[in-house]
Amino acid sequence: MSVLEIAKGMGITLSKLFQKPVTISYPEQPAQLKPRFRGRHVLTRHTGTGLEKCIGCSLCAAACPAYAIYVEAAENDPRDPVSPGERYAKVYEINMLRCIFCGMCEEACPTGAVVLGNEFEMADYRYGDFVYGKQDMLVGTQGSKPQRREAKKYKKAVKMGFQVTVRPELEGVKYLASREVSS
Amino acid sequence: MPEWLLVLLIVVLKATLVSLGLLTTFAYMTLVERRLLARMQIRHGPNRVGFQGLLQPLADAVKSIFKEDIIVKNADKLVFLLAPVISVMAALTAFAIIPAGPAGSFFGEDPWVFDLDVGVLFVLAMTSMGVYGIFLGGWASGSKYPLLGGLRSSAQMISYELGMGLSILGLLMLVGDTNLRSIVEWQAANGAIIIFQSLAFVTFLISSFAETNRTPFDLPEAEQELVAGYLTEYSSIKWALFQMAEYINMITASALMATLFFGGYKGPAFLDAIIPGISSWPFVWFILKIAAFLFLFIWVRATLPRLRYDQLQRFGWKILFPIALFNTMFTAFYLAFFPNAPLWILGLLELGFVALWLAFSSRPAKEVLSTRAPMGGD
Ligand code: SF4
Ligand code: SF4
Repeated sequence: MSVLEIAKGMGITLSKLFQKPVTISYPEQPAQLKPRFRGRHVLTRHTGTGLEKCIGCSLCAAACPAYAIYVEAAENDPRDPVSPGERYAKVYEINMLRCIFCGMCEEACPTGAVVLGNEFEMADYRYGDFVYGKQDMLVGTQGSKPQRREAKKYKKAVKMGFQVTVRPELEGVKYLASREVSS
Repeated sequence: MPEWLLVLLIVVLKATLVSLGLLTTFAYMTLVERRLLARMQIRHGPNRVGFQGLLQPLADAVKSIFKEDIIVKNADKLVFLLAPVISVMAALTAFAIIPAGPAGSFFGEDPWVFDLDVGVLFVLAMTSMGVYGIFLGGWASGSKYPLLGGLRSSAQMISYELGMGLSILGLLMLVGDTNLRSIVEWQAANGAIIIFQSLAFVTFLISSFAETNRTPFDLPEAEQELVAGYLTEYSSIKWALFQMAEYINMITASALMATLFFGGYKGPAFLDAIIPGISSWPFVWFILKIAAFLFLFIWVRATLPRLRYDQLQRFGWKILFPIALFNTMFTAFYLAFFPNAPLWILGLLELGFVALWLAFSSRPAKEVLSTRAPMGGD
């Protein structure tokens, strides 16, 4: 090691001392996510009719490498269909503890029904609470289970810790630019 | 109250104060170090506990006290317990002799715990006692990594001890006294010794880094090879004691450098023209100088990678030791043959040697790796 090089290195570290840290103080400051961040799944609806896109084909469950998805299909009632197809998903569950957020389900889905969203703040206390059902993932649900539980308890809006530009696949999903989202 | 009892009480009081002061400094050093390191790596560092993380040392202390204290089965219990205590004791004792101000400036008392005529030698002896703590700790753990770590660090400290001792010989010849106060007073009269002994200062600085086991010489704690070196089997408060010893050694080394080379507790004399008497304020200059050196320690830690063990030993024995020896011989030669020549010529020559050393160190190293296959022991 030559002394000049050491001096150069010391100069660099000293100059960094006066630079503003790049760390985001996360819970206080929102984290800036990349648009393609893969977070909690969203079950989308057709924009015009408002019908669920999912037709209960279980292709996502077959594609899932972590066996995290459970789909139970049922016949649609033609007079009051849930989805535009013959069948719809009566039960649609994803175990967020098993899920590795790989996005295979999104790729496998023929109707673009399941899309990985941007929410990631899902830490919770019980195993059972990590199994997310339809009501936890359909478009319009803001926040994860624990976040909604807390919002309900304190009668406050769900607080999200991130900012992101929403991808077009996430039809109908809005994360408000301000971090307060009404529940 | 008899006279001797009073003196004894005062000394005990001062010793307690010094210990408390050092322990607080140690606690806050860890915080300052972590914050500074973080800022140098463009991070925030610990800033959650209390305002700006100011209570972090407290939280750390509470944590390390209440952690489970494990004594491994193969450990030699007595020595295992004793080793961290030896380390801390040696570290604390070494600091106690360093004068923090002129005589009688601490509420009419002397601002040092005890005063010995063999001052410098005593400090060196005490800091070397720290090796026992490390080595015994490594040995008494009864497992392999701590033993290796302990061996390494004792080998390292013994090698650099030589360089350290030799680099202050020139200084001692100049001053003609080993009492730390006389050294400070000599500097007040003749100018800081760094001017006349720059080469010695460079070798002393490098050896202090090695002595205190700090980066780039923190081999005993080389995680990749040795888990945590001699600390591997230690937990809880005993681990904290070793850390404490390391930091106190660092503070002592800083204080020693300040005292030996930078005028000790005396401030720069030219400031007296602005505020009369400012250069002999007790504590202020001393603490400022220590702080500056501590910053240097942290700064170097943020910058330099760790040396390999063979590099460390080669550097110690083949470069540092001969240079320190040369410095001693040269100063002796100068003082013996030109007793009437002004000292600034000696300073200039020393500066020249430093420049020469720098120039040689800046050559690209050709040897190593290409010619020599790595061996198992490296
Ligand atoms: S993201 Fe991957 S792991 Fe998670 S549910 Fe979809 S396919 Fe399974
Ligand atoms: S989400 Fe897509 S792949 Fe999965 S069951 Fe529904 S339609 Fe099929």
